[in-house]
Amino acid sequence: MSTRRRARLAIASLTGPAYLWLMLTIFVPLGAMLLFSFLTVAPMGGREAEFTLKHYGAYLDKGFYVDLTWSSLRLGIDVTLWCVMLGYPAALALARHVPGRWREAIFLLIVLPFWSNTLVRVFSWTIVLRNGGFLDQLVHFVAPDAPALDILYSYPATVIGLVHSFVPYLILTCYLSLQAIDESLIEAARSLGASSLTTFRRVILPLSLPGLLAGMILIFVPVIGSFMEPRILGGTSGMMLGTVIEDQFTTVFNWPLGAALSYILLAIVLLVMIAAYPLLKRQLAGLEGGVA
Amino acid sequence: MTVGSRLAQVFLALILVFLYLPIVVMTVMAFNRSPLYELPIVWDTIWFTSLVGNDRLLTASGNSLMIAIANTVIATILGTMAALAFARFKFRGRTLLRLLLLPAITIPWLIIGTAMLVLFFWTGIGRGLHAILLGHVALSLPYVIVVVGARLTSFGIVLEEASASLGANPWQTFWRVSFPVMAPGIIAAGLFAFAVSFDQFVISYFLAPPGVSTLPVEIYTAIRKGFTPEVNAISAIIILVSMGMMLLVARLYRFGGER
Repeated sequence: MSTRRRARLAIASLTGPAYLWLMLTIFVPLGAMLLFSFLTVAPMGGREAEFTLKHYGAYLDKGFYVDLTWSSLRLGIDVTLWCVMLGYPAALALARHVPGRWREAIFLLIVLPFWSNTLVRVFSWTIVLRNGGFLDQLVHFVAPDAPALDILYSYPATVIGLVHSFVPYLILTCYLSLQAIDESLIEAARSLGASSLTTFRRVILPLSLPGLLAGMILIFVPVIGSFMEPRILGGTSGMMLGTVIEDQFTTVFNWPLGAALSYILLAIVLLVMIAAYPLLKRQLAGLEGGVA
Repeated sequence: MTVGSRLAQVFLALILVFLYLPIVVMTVMAFNRSPLYELPIVWDTIWFTSLVGNDRLLTASGNSLMIAIANTVIATILGTMAALAFARFKFRGRTLLRLLLLPAITIPWLIIGTAMLVLFFWTGIGRGLHAILLGHVALSLPYVIVVVGARLTSFGIVLEEASASLGANPWQTFWRVSFPVMAPGIIAAGLFAFAVSFDQFVISYFLAPPGVSTLPVEIYTAIRKGFTPEVNAISAIIILVSMGMMLLVARLYRFGGER
């Protein structure tokens, strides 16, 4: 009995500090923000706040916010699809067509930029994309009569910057699951007469699907909550749900409305996760079942 | 070498060009005398020297470094303790506690940052470097727990049992057996925590009161004002230093992580 009590004490004192910290900085703040989203004004500086649903009502009444949500979702979908189109073939090329000694070095080169400063990388695109910048000069060097590129401060610029930030995630998750595929399964498919395409469609793709889905979620969720990239690269076309939330907290100071909009964003995130969970789980379960 | 493999390699090379092009262009432009990035490049280190006189950027850099170091120490210690509990004890609520790490990783920082702003402002904790540190540790903890935990589960329990059966007390076992085994994981986790904090913009942005800032917050403000050659110079420094650091992590992981 005493050893069990000592174990319990050890567990509590080992996990306690970390989880108290998370409680104070993640869970209690989320609770406070939920409360704020139902208040008429922020209850600070002696103001009397009352319970209201008007911020959520405003979201539904004004087509403006719903439109913003759609542009955020569209941005999330566009960026995720571009990442899949560029990242999955890259991961496949790395896992299956690069000799072993090069593989590790290239893998490192791919994940390296996403540990460097995100803001700095977004900023670097402003230098590449601006009129008279690197890309503009390159285009005019090839085709001197071409019109000015005018790509910075546009929707495509935002997409380019975000794809650049997030494609390493997708390459990483896809590469890990592609690399884990048992080579003998592929040889078995070949020796049974499957073409390369069939082998890919029936063996490689299904087995790497969990990695692909995980990567897509890792990209979609932060992108729909992005505000810094649309601001810097998107200019006036960069208005998203994220930038409007930022405004509520930093310039408009309507915290309850900002809190409500944050919670709507959070609800969308949760829906995405819940929708993806069975897919991911079935894929994972299938994978384990296949090995056993 | 088949044609398919050749094509695949070319594609991969193009992806690498896409990933590194802006970083290289930016770094080169930091050495261009023209503040408007005019070509051809006139090589000059004028923006690096004017950086030395830019108090705002220097103070912000100092703040960022200080917070990153404090964050590394706190998150590594607290995270390693929790990882130890997960690796060495089976207990009720273990799965729940591990699930509770997910929100800090998966909820967009915009939401977490604004939520912290609401609570801290409301309760009087307030904004400032202390609040930023509180936030950074929260974001770093899950990474530390996962990285150290991965190291612990693949190692150690047999060694610890052997040490205990040879008569070592728990304290001796920890410092003579467990700690040396964990060390590479702890160092990697510490470097992760440093990178998470040094790179973190969103949380710091919402928790920085006027007049106080970290480097990313200062850079964001400067970009939105528009005129940026000094930001360009400091960005070049940041990117080279942080990439160098991650190369270091990769080497440590390889040398420490052999099975």
